[in-house]
Amino acid sequence: MTERENTAADGPDQEDEEVRRGQEERLRKVWAAPKGWRYWSAVNNTEVGIWYTAAAFGFMLFAGVLALTMRVQLAVPENDFLTATFYNQVYTLHGTVMMFLFAVPIFEAVAIILLPEMLGARDLPFPRLSAFGFWCFMIGGVFVAGSIFFDAAPNAGWFMYPPLTTDERYTPGYGPDIWLLGLSFIEIASLAAAVELIVGTLKCRPPGMRLNLMPLYAWYVLVVAGMILFAFPPLIAGDILFELERMFDWPFFDPSRGGDPVLWQHLFWIFGHPEVYIVFLPAIALVAMIVPTFAQRPILGYSWIVLAAVGTGFISFGLWVHHMYTTGLPAISLGFFSAASEAVAIPTGVQIFVFLATLLTGRVIFSVPMLFVAGALATFVIGGLTGVMVALAPFDWQAHDTYFVVAHLHYVLIGGMLFPLMAGVYYYWPIIGARKLSDRLGRIAFWLMFVGFNVAFLPMHWAGLMGMPRRVWTYPEALGVGISNLVSSVGAFVFASGVLVIVWDVIRPRSREPYAKRNPWTAGTLEWLARMPSESWGVRSVPIISSRYPLWEQPNFVDDVDKGRFYLPDAEEMKRETLVTTVLDGKPLHCLRVPGPSFMPMIAAIMTGAVFIFATFHWWTLTITAMVLSIASIIIWLWRGTAQIPEKAEKDVGLGLKLPLYKSGPDSIGWWAMFITMTGDATAFVGLIFGYFYFFTIHADFPPPTAVGPGVFWPSIALLLFASAWTAALFARILNRAGRVGPARGLMAAGSVASLAASATLLWGPFTNGLDPSAHVYPATVWVLAIWTAVHGGVGGLMLGYCLARSYADRMTPEYDIDISNVALYWHFAGGTALVTVATLAYFPMLM
Amino acid sequence: MQIFGRTKDNLWTLIAAPVIWGIHFLFSYFLAAFRCAPNADIFESIGSTRVAIGFVTLVSLCLIALVIRRAWHEWLTGGGGFRNDQDTPEGRESFLEFSTLLLAGLSFAAVVFETMPILVIGDCR
Repeated sequence: MTERENTAADGPDQEDEEVRRGQEERLRKVWAAPKGWRYWSAVNNTEVGIWYTAAAFGFMLFAGVLALTMRVQLAVPENDFLTATFYNQVYTLHGTVMMFLFAVPIFEAVAIILLPEMLGARDLPFPRLSAFGFWCFMIGGVFVAGSIFFDAAPNAGWFMYPPLTTDERYTPGYGPDIWLLGLSFIEIASLAAAVELIVGTLKCRPPGMRLNLMPLYAWYVLVVAGMILFAFPPLIAGDILFELERMFDWPFFDPSRGGDPVLWQHLFWIFGHPEVYIVFLPAIALVAMIVPTFAQRPILGYSWIVLAAVGTGFISFGLWVHHMYTTGLPAISLGFFSAASEAVAIPTGVQIFVFLATLLTGRVIFSVPMLFVAGALATFVIGGLTGVMVALAPFDWQAHDTYFVVAHLHYVLIGGMLFPLMAGVYYYWPIIGARKLSDRLGRIAFWLMFVGFNVAFLPMHWAGLMGMPRRVWTYPEALGVGISNLVSSVGAFVFASGVLVIVWDVIRPRSREPYAKRNPWTAGTLEWLARMPSESWGVRSVPIISSRYPLWEQPNFVDDVDKGRFYLPDAEEMKRETLVTTVLDGKPLHCLRVPGPSFMPMIAAIMTGAVFIFATFHWWTLTITAMVLSIASIIIWLWRGTAQIPEKAEKDVGLGLKLPLYKSGPDSIGWWAMFITMTGDATAFVGLIFGYFYFFTIHADFPPPTAVGPGVFWPSIALLLFASAWTAALFARILNRAGRVGPARGLMAAGSVASLAASATLLWGPFTNGLDPSAHVYPATVWVLAIWTAVHGGVGGLMLGYCLARSYADRMTPEYDIDISNVALYWHFAGGTALVTVATLAYFPMLM
Repeated sequence: MQIFGRTKDNLWTLIAAPVIWGIHFLFSYFLAAFRCAPNADIFESIGSTRVAIGFVTLVSLCLIALVIRRAWHEWLTGGGGFRNDQDTPEGRESFLEFSTLLLAGLSFAAVVFETMPILVIGDCR
């Protein structure tokens, strides 16, 4: 940028050092983390991201210790280091913690730290939502992981198959409830992160960063967050059914009353298989950032990586039944899933070849991150090849539930996720710690981990093929797998020592070491604008991007950013601000005021967590109290912190550009967040509807000919009331926008009443017809759909009431109408839910 | 999305082909599952189901072929080649067209993969 262009805009003189110093002081003050005990009210991505990452690593170490106790137990035949029942808890918790408390959250954690930096944004659009997600994760995680210290941990495997887990005879105690409720609660954190990351990637990119210039990491984040939105909700639906069966004996998975345990397997694996890719893709995304830096050239085949990320994202949803080859499904069904399982190897392979091609055509620097990348690719390819083997149904029938599968999944996860992540730790540590990690310790750690891993897991292939089943607490000497297991156990400890070396490298005091130089690896992407040590404001000014590797290719770029020659070089009004841009080309749309520190997200998370924890132990009064407090805390948070009317309509963001400070409808990020949240919500609903039609498919007659349903009359009335509430919400928005505040308020009030009446009426149908949900799966399914929809009606009513209050409090006006505009959007989904529910429950049986 | 003539590409046109794959996949799976449940006569031939899936396969492949044709054509008439990293609307368009082409190719292959079971499996065993 020339000086002439800069001064052409009649803003502050960025060449004046005094001006810049004043701006930096203001920015520093505005973005500073709170001090003292208030530190825990921080919501900025740098604080929350680091807590999140540290917590996820902490859970990983805990689950790693569990793994080591398993390896001690299995080191020799007929060992009694652990009892059988405790061993069950240990392996269940090992899998659960690694998957739910480490592999998925670490993606969210790392993305919360890195994404804004890569996008030249000051923060993600919903920092308090990130903080809420973190606290949910933390509370749920401690609850689930801590249960083992009370000998109460879940003990039936990380995928909780019924009837083993639904029958009190086999799994007494609270273990499965802790799993179901604790993890459902954590899934909220994942969905919150998905919303945050999708909106962040699509709407908070810097000006000029078109889709074709986005860092590859952001492409992966977009795909993975989209996958979370479609993968986690079916599990939430499954959890609801499961917990209703455990708590109230609703027989969804009990064949003697029309249920089917295989339905759980479907719902679990519709989540579970995409989850493998949800774990794998973000780690590979780190590789996609590391490889160009150390090959010293731009990535070769950018579009091919996008193909791989998006293609894998889709096809990974067509694989779930390959975990269920032995359930007796017809061969033709298995064939479809086997075909998709083979097809997914194509995009997965493409990205590996892209990395290899980039390295072959570049001048490679062999650093510690590259060492881990090389180890990752080698390990992952082996896991991928055994994956192709177990994707073939006849082979899987032999290998299913043996140590062959254990070996396969660890090769995939450690090669595809842990090694790339360690590469990322070594690569990105300067951004967090302002110093490089030790090169020497890194190499030692890598070789210990790489050798230890292969020594531990390679023999498991043979142990599995020799017939050693997974999840057994011990084995007879006659099986002939004693040596192989001893070798595995030795390898596991070597591997663990490598992990410890990294832990030491991270936590060892190094205050006497000098700071790393800025951009220590000479990388080309925006996150390396960070100063050493970094400032909490993120970027000094939000840059204009015209290249995929601006630090390499845009002349004078770092200086222009540092001197504040781009957008938002100042915080004149002492508010935290970032830019919102268009999806395709990154054109500036508005200046977003993001909220600062607050304890409300933590309080809301504690209250919500209390609901789940009290429900686990059936303390109903406390559960309901916590529920009320949770709703109240969320309302207070929203009331005080969202949709705030700015003191002026627009502001000069620099370079002569004036942008509005408030936008509603599809231009606002809140609207996008509602849309994305409700898409996830709708997916969970589809999971429940899938349950209904699943039972319809497997039963010759469903609904059973003798069964009494909810009738047609009451559901029809409910549908009419839902439609009125929906219409009221829609017209309230339109009238309010048109300045007719009085009639709009009337409609909000009427809509609120109508939706509460609609919910009550919908429940009245099955109630008045005496449907007993514990008698058979049909009434249970009717009830669960009716309750789901009624809850949505209730929430919709509450939202309309909230808008009414906002209107009376002058916090919502015809011009500033985010609240009603988002609530109207909610009602499109709620109305659609009611329509499908009533059509399924009341009208569909008439067609049969 | 426009099939004939020039289209402004976006994220929805990018995922059109894999969405078609998804619909084809779910249709095939649900139809076969519905036909083969509740497992009364597993040796009975399911010819009509296979024909229906075959028909939907043809339709899906044709639709994906249209996506390929459009993306390919527009990418070439826009100049093809290596402009995907340029800071212009044309660069973005070219990138989206080329990526659409690649994804559509993958989706085509995946639909062909998905259809193979109906060629060899004729009943509900």
